Amino acid sequence: MKPQLIRRYSAAERINHWIVAVCFILLALSGLAFFYPAFFWLTGVFGTPQLARIVHPFVGVLMSVAFARQFFRYWHHNLLTRDDIQWMKSVKTVMQGHEVGDTGKYNGGQKGMFWLMCACMAVLLASGIIAWRPYFAGHFPIPLIRIALLAHAWAATILIAGIIVHVYAAFWVQGTIRAMVEGVVSHAWAKKHHPRWYREVTGKQK
Amino acid sequence: MALQSLDITRRSASPTASPQARKTIEIAKLIDVSTCIGCKACQVACSEWNDIREEVGHNIGVYDNPTDLSADAWTVMRFAEEESNGKLEWLIRKDGCMHCADPGCLKACPSPGAIIQYSNGIVDFHQENCIGCGYCISGCPFNVPRISQQDNKAYKCTMCSDRVAVGMEPACVKTCPTGAIQFGSKEDMKQLAASRVADLKTRGYAGAGLYDPQGVGGTHVMYVLHHADKPQQYSGLPKDPQISPAVQLWKGWLKPLATVGIAAAGLFGFFHYITVGPNHADDEEDDTAANVGRKEKQEDKA
Ligand code: HEM
Ligand code: SF4
Ligand code: SF4
Repeated sequence: MKPQLIRRYSAAERINHWIVAVCFILLALSGLAFFYPAFFWLTGVFGTPQLARIVHPFVGVLMSVAFARQFFRYWHHNLLTRDDIQWMKSVKTVMQGHEVGDTGKYNGGQKGMFWLMCACMAVLLASGIIAWRPYFAGHFPIPLIRIALLAHAWAATILIAGIIVHVYAAFWVQGTIRAMVEGVVSHAWAKKHHPRWYREVTGKQK
Repeated sequence: MALQSLDITRRSASPTASPQARKTIEIAKLIDVSTCIGCKACQVACSEWNDIREEVGHNIGVYDNPTDLSADAWTVMRFAEEESNGKLEWLIRKDGCMHCADPGCLKACPSPGAIIQYSNGIVDFHQENCIGCGYCISGCPFNVPRISQQDNKAYKCTMCSDRVAVGMEPACVKTCPTGAIQFGSKEDMKQLAASRVADLKTRGYAGAGLYDPQGVGGTHVMYVLHHADKPQQYSGLPKDPQISPAVQLWKGWLKPLATVGIAAAGLFGFFHYITVGPNHADDEEDDTAANVGRKEKQEDKA
């Protein structure tokens, strides 16, 4: 690693992240195919419609396991503080490209997104299992399966919209994608976007 | 059933309309519960004609056998013992698909053409398009479709669409020894039902009536009930069946909302990028030209 770069994610963390990301894309595409008749052809990501129906839940479980690992890695970095609330209230200023507050490893928006993802994943896993044929759905009453299908589609919509924002934010704040691909960020990036974290990892005061 | 020569008016998961120009008459099957003797000839005829054989089960102390609908039992007789006015009544109902005018199964199905509705009113499953998701089970207000353990595809009564297509009545109708199952145009069946209901009323069944529930737009399998005011007595026939509100929300409201939500997220990103531009950290000090340009833009907006 060059001296002017700061390590943000280890190789294990990056692999973990991209397992979740690839699973998510496959799940979102096949799921949207079941949801929108006009996009049924997207079941092709798994070969045939029947295969997509069979494989989707298994990929869902794989993603849930990988996401759970991420949850235990990151939850304590994502506890909300008063600064984060301030950040969320000033989101307009942030969107103009200005920094707000003395941000640590994650800012208020990232933390909010973290908990939104956790909530959606939990709902998707629980409702997905309830609706899963032929293994589990038969053990649940039909009215509950109806609620589960509704909740699954809702949570998927919210998560997909959330992930679009997540991906865009990473792209917009230049230098961020590198953190999840190469694992490193520049000093300038850290100093500007995560000043408190910068001081913590470098031991510098300014 | 896949081979068919009937006009299709509606297909599952097909956003544009099917051919509509030709009109055919609406048909219906009328089941007169008051003249059914529970002999199960219709069950046997169904099994014969459709080449399906449910495994021999166990006697559970009542006459119901098989005890439930399955991928290999598209119709079953349900026997209910009801006591009213100190009298025991044995209420026997031939259960199976109702061939709803507004079928919840078709509404819920995500696979194009796995469920179709013919212009004569029959609702049919085309198993070769079925993906085995079971959404039809959630959509149906009558708990009818069943997924086969053999091939993970959904099955139910076809109203013998193959027979009807060539001008024959369904096998159960043909076989019923008492004439309790009748088949014809929906109009004729309603008239026949009216005369049966009038007869039942003169014989003291004040609550007699036709079961053609409007909550699902009417059905193409109708019952004459001696207690049409209490259909639940007939082994849980729903009083006012409707596609569940959860299914309506899921298949109705959620789609436009989801489209707007997902599109909004994408459009937000796009327009934010082309108006505000990227958020650089490295060129804060040196790349002044870009910063000046950005500041001017913000002033323009203010
Ligand atoms: C967490 C584990 C998950 C499980 C166990 C699961 C399971 C299921 C099941 C059983 C179905 C019904 C179709 C089928 O049988 O294949 C389904 C549909 C669907 N899934 Fe998942 N899924 C999971 C995660 C996800 C994720 C992460 C997304 C996308 C963000 C997603 C989006 C969808 C959508 C949109 C549908 C169609 C719902 C509809 O037709 O309205 N699922 N899922
Ligand atoms: S009774 Fe159920 S399976 Fe039959 S047409 Fe109505 S909704 Fe579909
Ligand atoms: S199980 Fe088959 S028929 Fe039923 S909703 Fe799914 S694809 Fe349609």
